[in-house]
Amino acid sequence: MNRWLPRTYLTLVYLLLYVPIAVLVVFSFNESRTGYDWGGLSLRWYEALFNNRAMVKAMWNSLWLALSAATISTLIGALTALALHRYRFRGKQVLNGMLFVVMMSPEIVLAISLLALFLLVGMQLGYVSLLLAHVTFCLPFVVITVTARLSGFDERLPEAARDLGASDFVMTRTVLIPVIMPALLAGWLLGFTLSLDDVVVSTFVSGPSYEILPLRIYSMVRVGLKPEVNALGALLLVFSLVMLILSQWILLRSRR
Amino acid sequence: MTSHSDLSCTGLVRRFSGHTAVDHVSLDVPAGTFFSILGPSGCGKTTLLRLLAGFDKPDEGDIHIRGQRMNDVPPNHRPVNMVFQHLALFPTMSVGENIGYGLKRQKVPAAERQKRIVQVLEQVGLPDLAGRNPQQLSGGQRQRVALARCLVLKPTLLLLDEPLGALDLKLREQMKVELKHLQKAFGTTFVYITHDQSEAMVMSDQVAVMRNGRFDQVAPPEVLYRQPETPFVAGFVGDNNRLRGDLVSVEGELADIRLDDGSRVRGRIACEGLEPGSRVDLFVRPESLVLAGEAINPGYTGMDARIRTTLFDGANSRVEAEAAGQTVYARLPQDGSAPRLGENAAVRLAWDPILARVFEAAT
Repeated sequence: MNRWLPRTYLTLVYLLLYVPIAVLVVFSFNESRTGYDWGGLSLRWYEALFNNRAMVKAMWNSLWLALSAATISTLIGALTALALHRYRFRGKQVLNGMLFVVMMSPEIVLAISLLALFLLVGMQLGYVSLLLAHVTFCLPFVVITVTARLSGFDERLPEAARDLGASDFVMTRTVLIPVIMPALLAGWLLGFTLSLDDVVVSTFVSGPSYEILPLRIYSMVRVGLKPEVNALGALLLVFSLVMLILSQWILLRSRR
Repeated sequence: MTSHSDLSCTGLVRRFSGHTAVDHVSLDVPAGTFFSILGPSGCGKTTLLRLLAGFDKPDEGDIHIRGQRMNDVPPNHRPVNMVFQHLALFPTMSVGENIGYGLKRQKVPAAERQKRIVQVLEQVGLPDLAGRNPQQLSGGQRQRVALARCLVLKPTLLLLDEPLGALDLKLREQMKVELKHLQKAFGTTFVYITHDQSEAMVMSDQVAVMRNGRFDQVAPPEVLYRQPETPFVAGFVGDNNRLRGDLVSVEGELADIRLDDGSRVRGRIACEGLEPGSRVDLFVRPESLVLAGEAINPGYTGMDARIRTTLFDGANSRVEAEAAGQTVYARLPQDGSAPRLGENAAVRLAWDPILARVFEAAT
């Protein structure tokens, strides 16, 4: 009797988590035009998706944006984390706290302030403004993951490397980077996903010259749910699963 | 700089805001010897070692290694390697890669590198472990890998920063002996820092006892043990009993002392400038104390004591006794020569005054 309660509970939780996703994937293969009835198996919505030029374009835009935003924020974030970890300087606590403020502040506030800033400096809204905005909100996540990794880092390792004849540069390449690699990967992946599905900030800072996927979907959904969106969702799901598996595989390999 | 000394320091000073961690330390380590720096935590020994390794720079003084001035040489260009306290093995590399790390930096070709890795692993008694991860090794094995990583580079000087601290007692005893053998086998000059006097005593040719940034005494272990020059060394190196009293008179090298309960004992004077009436500390080792039932050597001095308890520990068995209001330990021989003592038994503790050392009392 007592054993059933936790099991039922756990089953419910997982159902809650996965049923919507399952519905989405299943209905992406639905022949029927409406989302309510099953009309047999079909790939027509995938076909429709790939024939939708604007959609494909938005997808590539989104991927490119996520890629560049994640990479740039990983670079800046890793260096920031290293500086915060290694050096003591005035205002370190303030800097550290400010990162949290960016992370905790409501997205809408960030969006409005970024828009105001871009307008103030007279920037064209498009790829560059999106990139700047995305790097901004990805950065704290990277800094925090790398900082967490560094907090368990043996301070003597760089010294040991120096002692064994490595220059600072060689030490960084051969000792420091391999140790924080998992955090760099995790931070990058986090940034990539955050950027890929961001709607709020992007709504404010994107322009007509650079349409991205979440906004495109959002505008499509407003006029009624098209099954094409299900197909797209299923594809994105597969894509993120592949990314996740890939990163785990790299981590496992680097540990060996 | 004499050519036969591998390391020679003169007047080293390192100040941090507020205190002087290393205070005019000079030392000279002959080639191929095992030199230990022994001191309580916070005495400045780690700072001194970091100066030698090049991670820190002295404010004053010079460091010479084989006659070469090292003050401005960065750590990666010094002929010195260090075994760190927590070993600092690179977690992302295999044992072989760890050991080959320094060789690779010296641009030793891969084939030669491989040969030397295999060779050094054999020398430290870990053949066939090159492919393992450091995390998969036991504490003692990791220890040897850390040593091999340094020794493979054939450094002039090997610095060791309490590397045995993380091991359990039994393994530590083993590694002590092994380290000494390895040092002899490789012929490398070792500079070893530790707060554990037994490590220093067992392994070293010379021991420097450090306190508050200075060396109290530099001597071979046996001299340190038998003829401590300061009360700190007397109390820090080996077990010792300290009895406080007033100096009554001096006859030759022996002092006559009145302990606080009025009893009179004698000991050998170990410092200068003692006048009758000065407060003094008499140090006498537990093994010098004889539990005298009746027969006392006429030259001996002694005092009455009351047994508190017996601490049985095989060959290290001792009795804890109270004498002149102070706690005293005496060795309890396990060869059947000592009487069986009950609690509160009254005994007389006697010793040869030559074996006790008298210093001016530290305030």
